[in-house]
Amino acid sequence: MSGTLGRVLRGTFLYGWTALVFAFVFAPILSTVVFSFNADRFPSLPWGGFSLQWYEAVLADPTVRRSLVNSLIVAGGSAVIATFIGFTAAYVDYRFRFFGKSAYMALASLPPTVPPVILGVAMLTFEGRIGLSGTLFGIIAGHVVICAPFAMALIRMRLNDLDRDLEPAAWNLGSGPWKTLREVILPFTAPSILAALFITASVSFDEYMIAWFVSGLQETLPVRVLAMLQGQVSPRINAVGSLVFAVSVVLVVLAQILAGRSLGARKQK
Amino acid sequence: MSTSPPATTRPRSRAERLRFAAVLGLPSPLWQAAFFVVPLGFLVAMTFWSVKSFRLQPDFTMANWIAIMKAGFFHNAFIYTLWLSLLAAALASVIAFPAAYTMAFRLKPHMRRLLVFMLVVPFFTSLPVRIYSMQVFFSPQGIINYVIAPLGLGPVQVLNTTTGTLIGFLTLTLPLVVLLQTFALSSIDMRLVEAAHNLRCGRLRTVFTVIIPSARVGLVLAAALAFVLCFGDYISPQFLGGSKPPTLSILIADQVKSGNHWPRASVVAVSMIVTLTVVLGVLLRIAYGGRKA
Repeated sequence: MSGTLGRVLRGTFLYGWTALVFAFVFAPILSTVVFSFNADRFPSLPWGGFSLQWYEAVLADPTVRRSLVNSLIVAGGSAVIATFIGFTAAYVDYRFRFFGKSAYMALASLPPTVPPVILGVAMLTFEGRIGLSGTLFGIIAGHVVICAPFAMALIRMRLNDLDRDLEPAAWNLGSGPWKTLREVILPFTAPSILAALFITASVSFDEYMIAWFVSGLQETLPVRVLAMLQGQVSPRINAVGSLVFAVSVVLVVLAQILAGRSLGARKQK
Repeated sequence: MSTSPPATTRPRSRAERLRFAAVLGLPSPLWQAAFFVVPLGFLVAMTFWSVKSFRLQPDFTMANWIAIMKAGFFHNAFIYTLWLSLLAAALASVIAFPAAYTMAFRLKPHMRRLLVFMLVVPFFTSLPVRIYSMQVFFSPQGIINYVIAPLGLGPVQVLNTTTGTLIGFLTLTLPLVVLLQTFALSSIDMRLVEAAHNLRCGRLRTVFTVIIPSARVGLVLAAALAFVLCFGDYISPQFLGGSKPPTLSILIADQVKSGNHWPRASVVAVSMIVTLTVVLGVLLRIAYGGRKA
């Protein structure tokens, strides 16, 4: 009898605990979205009625609009460059064996483990010297450093599923390496390349530390949000936050679906 | 089956292959050298520069190192940041474990996939906004106090305390730690666990004698990543901890943003890198110790 009771208690504890952990993780996201529609100035219970005024206020704010445009440019540029670099590193790891490869791969994968606050100071001191700080490219340069490893990992995972003898076979049949890359590798990795574009765009779109140090007057949206956080509690932050969440959730969900599909393809083989 | 390509049939192919390899091989190291290695090297060099009447001057002085290493505010911030990050990594690991256990052993595969899918999302969504939301939750008139007041509890004071910073650290690390622990637990050989159960080893005892030792590498790596994230985090100690006492990342930001003393900020940053390397070295030793040796 105590065995049954024990099983019930154990199950209740495990599922209850898991639910609490998920509540803790997702409550901040959900409440931001919910309170962005709240008419009350202070985000507290009870609910003050539905309103879109905070979105109107935010979208009418020229500093927010300019920072959003900057963020879109930075995220787009970082995503394209980081995905290209990530692709080349993934392909090199897949295809070649050479002296110093472990150092090559360490350099291609470790940068995200360095705290962004340190990268931020480093980029600021360095870019200040060469005149890049305060430019959008200065931000992109730093974002590519931390984004490329994500792209590399996604594309490398996909290449795991491609028979390593396929390319040499094409070479033997007279196809040049570029042609093989274009007609065998690129189509096969296409879903993971797309997934890498989305993930790197979302990493860059949400990056605040490097951007905060380097951006100067060219604020990105996360830098604007930081500035708003330093001011008064304002329901506008919920509205900006919900827009930011919406963008990154869409990007990450799309990336996962694409990456998941390429992972799922393995099982059919 | 695998025949090596007959290079002799195409005389130009070797040069062509080399050019091909160079074009594909160079972008990654070139970019990471220019915008990762060089800036970090520059950061180290900067620690020896001097500031004369608010202007940076290339120099070779130990003055910044001496000033920071002797400063009481640096000692305090260093110890506070180190133990708080270690505490957060341990807390996150303990809190995440039952959830990861449930996901790995209790849930059906499609449910587990859905929850994993969900947990990846917050890792890639704006931390400042999530921390702001926590600020609102725990504010004096916030939801938490509103909910516990009828129970005769509270009001709780969380903002501008170390507890606040810890809540921020958990917001930052829990999704990742649950994910990595779930992966670590999912890769355990289930026959070991069943064997333990068949031999009448209790559930809890199985967890400590079979499951945790088998998944040690993944569990320690999850904690190590959590530590790295907390150690460098600026948002939680600033907006939930009220920056009192300051952490190392707050010292850096203050020195750069208001103090305008980049060389001293660089000293703090370099000492952070050294600390991270040492702590990670120890943690990796714990993770892999007795396996490779």
